[in-house]
Amino acid sequence: MTASGGEAFLFWTLAPLMVLAASGLLVVRKAVHAAICVMFVMVGLAILYVAQEAPFLGVVQVVVYTGAVMMLFLFVLMLVGVDSADSLTETIRGQRWIGLLLGAGLAAVLLTVIGRATFRPAVGLADANAVSNPVALARVLFEHYVVAMQVVGVLLVTAALAALVLTHRRRLGPRLTQRAVATARVAALAQGRPLTPLPAPGVYAQNNAMDTPALGPDGRPLEHSVPRVLRIRGQERSATAVLAAEETLVEHRAAAAELSEAAELSETARTAGSPARTPGGEEHR
Amino acid sequence: MQTLALAPWLVATPSLGAAILLLAGRRTDRWGHWVGVLASAATFVVGLVMLLDMFGMAPEERVAHHTVGTWVDAGALHVDLGFQIDPLSMTFVMLVTFVGTLIHVYSVAYMSHDLDRRRFFAYLNLFVAAMLLLVLADSYLVLFVGWEGVGLASFLLIGFWDHERVNAVAGKKAFVMNRVGDMGLLVAMMLMLATFGAVDFETVIGASAQGAPGASQAVMIAIGLMLLLAACGKSAQFPLQAWLGDAMAGPTPVSALIHAATMVTAGVYLLVRSGPVLEAAPDAQLVVAIVGAVTLLFGAIVGCAKDDIKKTLAASTMSQIGYMMLAAGLGPVGYAFAIFHLITHGFFKAGLFLGAGSVMHAMGDTVDMRRFGGLARLLPVTTITMGLGWLAILGVPPFSGFYSKDKIIEAAFMGEGWRPWVFGFAALLGAGITAYYMSRLFFMTFAGRRRWASDGPDAPHPHEAPALMVWPMIVLAVGSAGLGFALNVGDGFVHWLEPVVGHTEHHEPVLPVWLLIALTLVLVVLGAALAFRQYAMSAVPTTPPHAHALVRAARVDLHQDDVNEALVMRPGQYLTRALVYSDRTAVDAGWLGLAGGIGRFGDRLRRLQSGYVRQYAAQTLGGLAVIAVVVWLLSGQVG
Amino acid sequence: MELTNYLGLAAILFAIGSATVLLRRNSIVVFMGIELMLNATNLVLVTFARMHGDITGQLLAFFVMVVAAAEVVVGLAIIITIFRARRSASVDDVNLLQS
Repeated sequence: MTASGGEAFLFWTLAPLMVLAASGLLVVRKAVHAAICVMFVMVGLAILYVAQEAPFLGVVQVVVYTGAVMMLFLFVLMLVGVDSADSLTETIRGQRWIGLLLGAGLAAVLLTVIGRATFRPAVGLADANAVSNPVALARVLFEHYVVAMQVVGVLLVTAALAALVLTHRRRLGPRLTQRAVATARVAALAQGRPLTPLPAPGVYAQNNAMDTPALGPDGRPLEHSVPRVLRIRGQERSATAVLAAEETLVEHRAAAAELSEAAELSETARTAGSPARTPGGEEHR
Repeated sequence: MQTLALAPWLVATPSLGAAILLLAGRRTDRWGHWVGVLASAATFVVGLVMLLDMFGMAPEERVAHHTVGTWVDAGALHVDLGFQIDPLSMTFVMLVTFVGTLIHVYSVAYMSHDLDRRRFFAYLNLFVAAMLLLVLADSYLVLFVGWEGVGLASFLLIGFWDHERVNAVAGKKAFVMNRVGDMGLLVAMMLMLATFGAVDFETVIGASAQGAPGASQAVMIAIGLMLLLAACGKSAQFPLQAWLGDAMAGPTPVSALIHAATMVTAGVYLLVRSGPVLEAAPDAQLVVAIVGAVTLLFGAIVGCAKDDIKKTLAASTMSQIGYMMLAAGLGPVGYAFAIFHLITHGFFKAGLFLGAGSVMHAMGDTVDMRRFGGLARLLPVTTITMGLGWLAILGVPPFSGFYSKDKIIEAAFMGEGWRPWVFGFAALLGAGITAYYMSRLFFMTFAGRRRWASDGPDAPHPHEAPALMVWPMIVLAVGSAGLGFALNVGDGFVHWLEPVVGHTEHHEPVLPVWLLIALTLVLVVLGAALAFRQYAMSAVPTTPPHAHALVRAARVDLHQDDVNEALVMRPGQYLTRALVYSDRTAVDAGWLGLAGGIGRFGDRLRRLQSGYVRQYAAQTLGGLAVIAVVVWLLSGQVG
Repeated sequence: MELTNYLGLAAILFAIGSATVLLRRNSIVVFMGIELMLNATNLVLVTFARMHGDITGQLLAFFVMVVAAAEVVVGLAIIITIFRARRSASVDDVNLLQS
């Protein structure tokens, strides 16, 4: 049995894209991009499942993999740090070549085996899916694989419990109540700590971001207004840096505007002119 | 026998004495030596009671067994811890305990200045106990225990003054050479076990007496030669004689004990006890006689050249034991005389050694006879007692030696073919040489001019020994003088031993008896006269004069140590070295190389374990790829 | 079009997944590589189900998905635990397997 022309078109459209996306897994630096690549592959697979007379699995693929698994990946990436780029320079001597060789070799072996094997003529699932694919699956599942299904259920519960146990943090100190926090704040007042909540990060006319410290009444930046995590990661920016960036931008745009103005002028000189525009108009929008 | 149950006490009493002295430690230092004497004397009393009981019985009933219990019960081998009480063993019991007790008493005075006197007495008791176990045993295995005990005690006593290296080396030498003999006894026992299925006297000797049915002549010869080897080791017979001279390193009472009552007599006892075994193997018996004759002459020649009073006596012992071995090798006709001579020799040799000890005591532990001389007037009692011993060993009638030694010479002349002539003349010649060197000893020590330094800080002041030393010497001297006559009345001793060694028809020697006695006496007188002329009439040089080759060889024990070293020690050392070398180069290097190779391989392999998960994954995948390829290839071939 | 093309695609995806495991150091990306391999296997199962006309293959793929879900939960929990302890998600930093 050969697939229909439509299916062939679908395959030959999707397959190269999927291989491309999968190869992205090898080369992209950021884990988030890698996750997106994988998602693409998985959605592609879901489509292929549907094309291969397995609509139920296609749906499950989308729900379970792209919906649950890959979301979990993204959550974890958030916890670990989205921005942390992976250096692609190899540290283990020879590992890159060994890995590439093995990957290519494996592909070669598998493809050769597939190419050289003789298959019986394909049957197709038209008969099996006569009662609709989910019903057919359910029949097989609940007629022959009940015990396996139960065991898998136990496995899932165990896995959930394992995840709970593994990520559980033991409380090391006493539970901090609101009262205790208030008392501590008042007690720390004597050492010059603020009694009030910490100031919010900088909010400026042209820029408001978590990574920019607020300015105090005296015009100095308040370092502790930036969230601690950003400070530790070294991702905060000083107000002056923001300002400098602003100014560079202003200058850059001004220069660009002047350039275009000059061009326009020359144009005007040739075509007897059009009115000049003010350069700052757009950028302070 | 009513007193049979006392037999274990003969061994237990001195063992108990030794145990008390060794275990109680320094607390018994002040009175411990009397415990030793008491233990020995009590043993003698027990032995005497049993002896008197035995006298009251018919000769056929005098052989009795007393079994204490089962010792070894391993399959076919069954050995009881049993004692055999018969005239032969009782004779030895009396000799060992009587002479032993006298030596104990003597030692109380002789060792009075020694810090370790208690330990010395413990060892003496141990020695006596081991010897009694040896002679009372009713199987070769129990005998072997006593045999080894004697070896141990002699090792401890010869090396008693082990703060000096020479003494310790002498003890070790005696021990090692004895081990050679012990191997013989062990092999003999194994052969007996294989041949007769038992090692007790009753089975082995009983079977041998009936011509050893079921045993080939070769096996019997092997057993006989192995027993001879054992006897040679213990009795210092050729070729295992080298340890005896060095054994003089021990205190003099030890020498007396070793040479007179215990140790060296064990070999003779073994051969006489195993008489029927040897008779079943005439070739082995002939070897015994040859060994005896060779040792007899060997000891006599060595004795002529020695200037050390104790070593001269040691050589004399070797020679006299050679007589006994010769007698034991002559067959039933000689057994009784061997034991007879052993008894009389026990007395006069003990007396001579104690006398020598007395002389050394007087001369400040000097042993060089060339430094003695003219001691007769200063040490009258010692002179008389040693004189009696001297006459006894010479075989001058009517002293003890005459009755025992002449009988052996007589027996040596019995038989057919070349044997009586060879053995007889060897014995005869030995008697003459013995007369020469013993007279030499006597005259050099007691006669002539005094040759010791009379002034100076180290000058000796010869004086008679204390009573405790003198009285044992007197008793032994009386024994040396009269014992032979007493035992010989009506051939009493020979008949006494008949239940054990059997009755023998009287044979006539190849020469008339009167001629033999006359020849012997003439030779003895000649030897003594020669010695008198050389050492009593003329001055004795204080340093050994240059002499011809034989004398020089005799001075170094006829090069016995050189021979041993060249024949056994050196090749043994070379063999050991070669083995060690081959072990190091071949065996060790091989295994170490293998181990090192595995270690290096493991080291290489360890580098694979980098700890990087990705490398492990790569290895896993590589393995998978290999398996895939192999499966593919295989399926391609099969399919 | 032959159905074996699907198998070829699955083989290529599988090889890429394995190469990812070998080459990437970020443990999360490594984990994605493993997921990719599992998915490739699923594609094979589905394809074979179609070729043999036996729906059990799809069922097995279904089981693989469920088990993979459980595996992802536990695996990511482990990654988080390691990250908490060592402030790193690189698999090379976890080389305590050595000695």
